Amino acid sequence: MIGRSILGALVNLTKPGMYVHWGFIQISVANLIVIGLMALTFILAIAIPFHRKGGRS
Amino acid sequence: MTTLEHDTSSSPEEDAEVSKQWTTRIRRRLVEMLPPERLIPDRQPSFLSSWIYIFGALTIGALAIIILTGMVLSLEGPGWWHTSSLGLFVNSMHLWSVELFFFCMVIHLWGKFFMAAWRGSRQLTWITGAVTFLVSVGAAFTGYVSQTNFDSQWIATQAKDGINSTGVGAFFNVLNFGQMLMWHIVLLPVGVLFLTGLHILMVRRRGIVPPFEDGVNDKSATVASGTQEGTPS
Repeated sequence: MIGRSILGALVNLTKPGMYVHWGFIQISVANLIVIGLMALTFILAIAIPFHRKGGRS
Repeated sequence: MTTLEHDTSSSPEEDAEVSKQWTTRIRRRLVEMLPPERLIPDRQPSFLSSWIYIFGALTIGALAIIILTGMVLSLEGPGWWHTSSLGLFVNSMHLWSVELFFFCMVIHLWGKFFMAAWRGSRQLTWITGAVTFLVSVGAAFTGYVSQTNFDSQWIATQAKDGINSTGVGAFFNVLNFGQMLMWHIVLLPVGVLFLTGLHILMVRRRGIVPPFEDGVNDKSATVASGTQEGTPS
């Protein structure tokens, strides 16, 4: 229950979702955040060096 | 002793007969297409030392969790999560592994798109991956309309007009819960698993596409396959 309360404080799921309107484009903020996280992960996956055993990258 | 011993010697006529058998021909063809050392390689090319190459494997890992949690859910039925905390947990695992599955698959797709991963006779590898993505969208959609709640009703009623406008609604009725559940737990998972298996076999056969620096044109991209000298996998 404590965990649920903490998560509930972070994201209120009982109210209608928020949407971004840009011309004919309409997307929920939740989906926009996920797309942003994917783009960020993609960039980090390319930028961060991959260390192998022995410390070489 | 003599009764257990088999005579392994055979005449040339027998050998010729065996080599004509369809099982022999299929086995030889398969081994020729995909030798064991290429199917499960000991070493990988050095260019794989980048985080961008892990997202295909992560997608497969998420798919494994999806299938396992889906099998557990199928034991109790689609309404289990309404009445049981364990059901809610397994259902949540199923949902979040789907989120992870698409998250990793999209990054895998972006990475392969910018690598032009269809180079070096890898067109079918790319195509099977793209089709797997599309079939996965269908599998996810039928899952969302099988939640047995107001959300699934809303999605189904919103989707029916779009699907009916394509003509597909004649045999794919999103308002038919039983039909959607069958598509979700039988037909589409079989399709996703089959295509994923095919995709992996093609990756093993052709090898992972090298970066542009190592293979500027198609000819050199063909040479760099997964079993060349490199780092231990």
